[in-house]
Amino acid sequence: MHESTKRFSYPYIVWISIIIVIPMILIFFYSVIESSNNQMAFRFTLENYQTVLEPLYLRVLWHSFIIAFSSTVICLIIGYPVAWIISRFSVKKQSTLLILFIMPMWINMLLRTYAWITILERNGVLNSFLALFNLGPLDLMYTDFAVILGMVYNFLPFMILPIYTAILKVDQSLIDAARDLGASDKKVFTRVMLPLTIPGIITGITMVFLPAMSTFVIPQLLGGGQYMMIGNLIERQFLLTGNWYLGSAFSMILMVFILISIWIMKKFDSDDVTQKGKGVFPK
Amino acid sequence: MALCFFIGGSGMTKMPLIEIKNITKEFDGEVILKGIDLTIHQNEFVTLLGPSGCGKTTLLRIIGGFEAPTSGQIDFNGKDLLKIPSYHREINTVFQKYALFPHLNVFDNIAFGLKMKKVPENELMEKVNKMLKMVKLADYAKRPIDSLSGGQQQRIAIARALVNRPKVLLLDEPLGALDLKLRQEMQYELKEIQRELGITFIFVTHDQEEALTMSDTIVVLHEGLIQQIGSPVDTYNEPRNRFVANFIGESNIIRGKMLKDRRVEFENHIFDCVDRGFAKDEDVDIVIRPEDLQIVSKEDGAFNGVVDTVIFKGVHYEIIVMVEDREYVIHSTQQVDVGAEIGMKVAPSDIHVMEIGV
Repeated sequence: MHESTKRFSYPYIVWISIIIVIPMILIFFYSVIESSNNQMAFRFTLENYQTVLEPLYLRVLWHSFIIAFSSTVICLIIGYPVAWIISRFSVKKQSTLLILFIMPMWINMLLRTYAWITILERNGVLNSFLALFNLGPLDLMYTDFAVILGMVYNFLPFMILPIYTAILKVDQSLIDAARDLGASDKKVFTRVMLPLTIPGIITGITMVFLPAMSTFVIPQLLGGGQYMMIGNLIERQFLLTGNWYLGSAFSMILMVFILISIWIMKKFDSDDVTQKGKGVFPK
Repeated sequence: MALCFFIGGSGMTKMPLIEIKNITKEFDGEVILKGIDLTIHQNEFVTLLGPSGCGKTTLLRIIGGFEAPTSGQIDFNGKDLLKIPSYHREINTVFQKYALFPHLNVFDNIAFGLKMKKVPENELMEKVNKMLKMVKLADYAKRPIDSLSGGQQQRIAIARALVNRPKVLLLDEPLGALDLKLRQEMQYELKEIQRELGITFIFVTHDQEEALTMSDTIVVLHEGLIQQIGSPVDTYNEPRNRFVANFIGESNIIRGKMLKDRRVEFENHIFDCVDRGFAKDEDVDIVIRPEDLQIVSKEDGAFNGVVDTVIFKGVHYEIIVMVEDREYVIHSTQQVDVGAEIGMKVAPSDIHVMEIGV
């Protein structure tokens, strides 16, 4: 990059260090010190991490992973066909449809999630409806189902958008070519469309999995007070228990977990490139 | 042996392979094809020639099965082609920008069609390698597509289509993206391949030189209608109307009057010609190719003009002569001076008389 244009990035670098790098260093620092009565005196320790590795907390971590993973898979299963269907419409209708899918994001996430409570609760909209047919009532609130539903609802657009973009990038002539060479609709999808939209899928998975792994609002509201994901655990240490040291250790573990996930994703992506030729996947 | 004989012989007997009957196509109320009737024979190299927007690519896409016509019928080997989905047609396509699969290497691109047909592995290897050899890219099998040059990608696209041994190969302006030298080389190679394999080629282009060089038959399209069907020589020498005359090669088109059979008047001079069958004193358009106008002295000329511009073109000079307010273009190896008054002559067989049309 040219030296003079480089200069424009300095404010950004300063900004990034203030709001991202310094807090991260602080969190790391907190995670390896021990609480004491005197704020100024501290002692380095790995005790916080020992606590984190207790089976009770490991189970929470595992549970968070399962919930986040299920939500991501469901988002992918719903998101890909939706993205594909949107891309088949005329350009004008495409933008209308996209706005329809993005519009809920204009409303505060808390409100949207609260809305699900009124639908799912014991005397809620869904059960009242089922009662008309002498069905139910179903106990849907405070279950894994409710939490996953809330996550899928909130994060689905993040899956649809990157996949939709990836699909749009696939040249129609490639589809024609595959058909011309004898590929049925199914083969066109598995041999051409899917491999060429992998970058979109990877982005979508990352953009859904990461917030799903760390969110605490959705499990708190739809999972009820006793429902624990790692996000809730961290929130509780910071706001309720006041044990910032343990909370920081949890945050560090979550961060490592997320970094590993991203690394696996990237690896999966680039493996595909080296196998099949390169340059398909925009970085 | 018998098969060889059959393939060798069929070129001469001209068996119809594709019969296009009154095909029309509308897009959002806009008529692209206004009733196309065309018979394409086995082993024929047919070129659909026309300016952009004339409907040539649409016609090709209908034959390929990527688009359905609004009305009309196409028979392929006696069967209704339009009822066969594109992936079951014995037709393959070389696309305009090649449309090679970016996620597959050279080998897998060529093998794609065979894999779709579940051809056994060893047969597939053999066929693909043979194709790679034919397009002179045997060493490139494992290379990613985007590491190849335009000309190489072009060959891969041709190999990918031909490996399936289609009855018909459709080519949609396949040489458009290549530079001049490479384009001429590929023209020659394509013609070779077509002769060697005995496959019908339907070639779409807007480049009249390409059409003249390669085709057995040229189909000139304009505004969704066929203007003329004929061999390159006939199309060039006997254009049926003003559009064809203008589009294929350069021409001087002059308004004249047909006095009687083999006698035409223009520029206040009566010329002998070879055309007949027009009404007495019918107004006609006369086509004279720039290379057919001879420069002679003022006294010997059938009509005279003043040299306006002389441009050196390598092999010949392009000379523009004004006769009153009308421009004549002459291609000649003879050098003349700007401003000189010269005479012009034209042989009877070089005067082409057309009905006044488009």
